Amino acid sequence: MKYKVNEKGYYGDFGGAYIPEMLYPNVEELRQNYLKIIDDAGFQKEFHQLLKDYVGRPSPLYLAKRYSERFGANIFLKREDLNHTGAHKINNTIGQILLAEKLGKKRIIAETGAGQHGVATATVCALRNLECVIYMGEVDIERQAPNVARMKMLGAKVVPASSGSKTLKDATNEAMRDWINNPVDTHYIIGSVVGPHPYPDMVAIFQSIISEETKKQLLEQTGSDQPDYVLACVGGGSNAMGMFYHFMDDENVKLIAVEAAGKGVSSGFSAATTYLGKEGVLHGSRSILMQTPDGQVVEPHSVSAGLDYPGIGPQHAHLFKTGRGQYVSITDEESLDAGLLCTQLEGIIPAIESAHALAYLEKMEFKGGENVVVCLSGRGDKDLDTYIKYFNL
Amino acid sequence: MNRIKQLFASKKNILSIYYTAGYPNTGDTLKIAELLEKSGADMLEIGFPYSDPVADGPVIQASSKQSLDQGMTLNLLFEQLKDLRKTVTIPVLLMGYVNPVLQFGVEKFCEACAEVGVDGCIVPDLPMVEYEEFYKDCFEKHNLSNVFLITPQTAEERIHKIDGLTNGFIYLLSSSATTGKNLEVGNTTEAYFSRIKNLNLKNPTMIGFGISDKQTFDKACSYANGAIIGTAFVKAIADGNLEESVSTFMKKFKS
Repeated sequence: MKYKVNEKGYYGDFGGAYIPEMLYPNVEELRQNYLKIIDDAGFQKEFHQLLKDYVGRPSPLYLAKRYSERFGANIFLKREDLNHTGAHKINNTIGQILLAEKLGKKRIIAETGAGQHGVATATVCALRNLECVIYMGEVDIERQAPNVARMKMLGAKVVPASSGSKTLKDATNEAMRDWINNPVDTHYIIGSVVGPHPYPDMVAIFQSIISEETKKQLLEQTGSDQPDYVLACVGGGSNAMGMFYHFMDDENVKLIAVEAAGKGVSSGFSAATTYLGKEGVLHGSRSILMQTPDGQVVEPHSVSAGLDYPGIGPQHAHLFKTGRGQYVSITDEESLDAGLLCTQLEGIIPAIESAHALAYLEKMEFKGGENVVVCLSGRGDKDLDTYIKYFNL
Repeated sequence: MNRIKQLFASKKNILSIYYTAGYPNTGDTLKIAELLEKSGADMLEIGFPYSDPVADGPVIQASSKQSLDQGMTLNLLFEQLKDLRKTVTIPVLLMGYVNPVLQFGVEKFCEACAEVGVDGCIVPDLPMVEYEEFYKDCFEKHNLSNVFLITPQTAEERIHKIDGLTNGFIYLLSSSATTGKNLEVGNTTEAYFSRIKNLNLKNPTMIGFGISDKQTFDKACSYANGAIIGTAFVKAIADGNLEESVSTFMKKFKS
């Protein structure tokens, strides 16, 4: 468990809770209660029941035959795209809404980039009849219109974030401001493994169902619960952390995290945080973030709204710094090409986020016969406009 | 004894003004300090801007953005404050978020503060535990006061801990809110202010967030050693002649 959080809320040099006093009581309430609530047998029963009956878990681990032939390795896709609402995000929102109820909260807020976390949050709020406010960057509202419509239909209020780059970072700022202004009855469902402790740990625990299932499924399908490689895309890093979680201590399993290079890591339009970033503090935790020498956060770029974030979660920063994880990047174009390839070889239209992870397969060299798991974190329905424009379909 | 302690030892109803460095124009930082002292401010909080100011409302966000867009940095701020103590005698604090301080270097930051004659700092997202472990010695070595915030939700035990850790004043937030909300002193706020007053803290207290006119200022002063005005002042100097805006604004509180 050497990659897990310590009692002070840190992963090596990263983590902590860098929050203004206004947020302290809320975050402290969570810190004191989250493990107690999550470990409770009644909570576990309800959580797993909903994951099964409502989300549709376990999600399949699919051996992609034509993909495997192409790359000369056994490529398994962990089908988080088949979850209700179309991505891994719902694993976390189910967990957090149940936790919010236990804490007696009446109002839910969340930030969203691609809209997947916003939809997953609005969905569980409808399910549990709680008021829901979603903060979303103006730019993202433009490029993810179908998800905005879904959130509204689910009864959520979608509030545009119009500061800064008007994307995920700014939506997160606005959600934090909302929480400051509503300190008593509101729970903030952060959608990734970012934010002040205990959020990165809590979200990782809820997403760890991905690797928990994968291990069992691999054992059944290959006779071993340890693949050679595990790949996932990283914006803030929640699907990757869920995918890595139960493999972190299996040191022979190589963990590959794929960041968004945007138009190229040196183009000035990138979101490749580990390549371009330095250690610093953003959104309540010490991690690695893209910033100027003066400590101002740099606006990221990615064609994929879900990866368009200038930081990574503190646990990822720790995996990166210790060398446990390999952090690489894929450009906008490479990801779109990989999305089309996956569609044509396997009949699966992936989210552009997930297509980043798939694209990295092209850069790997296989001896033959390796077992490789790629987290197909979401489906591409929300990205059709982008695909259509790029390929002139 | 630093200037902050001297001020609280000698004066009541202290009026402290916050403004953003490098706003409205990059070169205005020192000039505003001088104008504020001349027109009766007792203490200054100069904000060093940050790209992601989560504790701030729209007015201070916008001033920070404008200042950054015009090229403000911490290096430049210390350069601008080089001759601060030739003309400004009242206490000056720097207020901002932790990441620019981290990138500048904590030790170097404290040194620079001491060198130009800054008396203290307010870093809202620097947690108490981190301060105690990594920053306190450095701050104390350079005779800098570190000011912590408390809100109506801050537990009493924690207030006493903060009181033990700080040596300037305690920043009492009128409510849990981002900057720029109006102060509505209802029964709960009054009860909270009275509760804090009755704790007999070793440090003086200043009430901030939502103070915008003489009436709210006086009200705050009846519960604390003084009050802090930020958003209302930043709004007032947005455009027009700086001398006039500052003097007109300050007259409202000095009548």
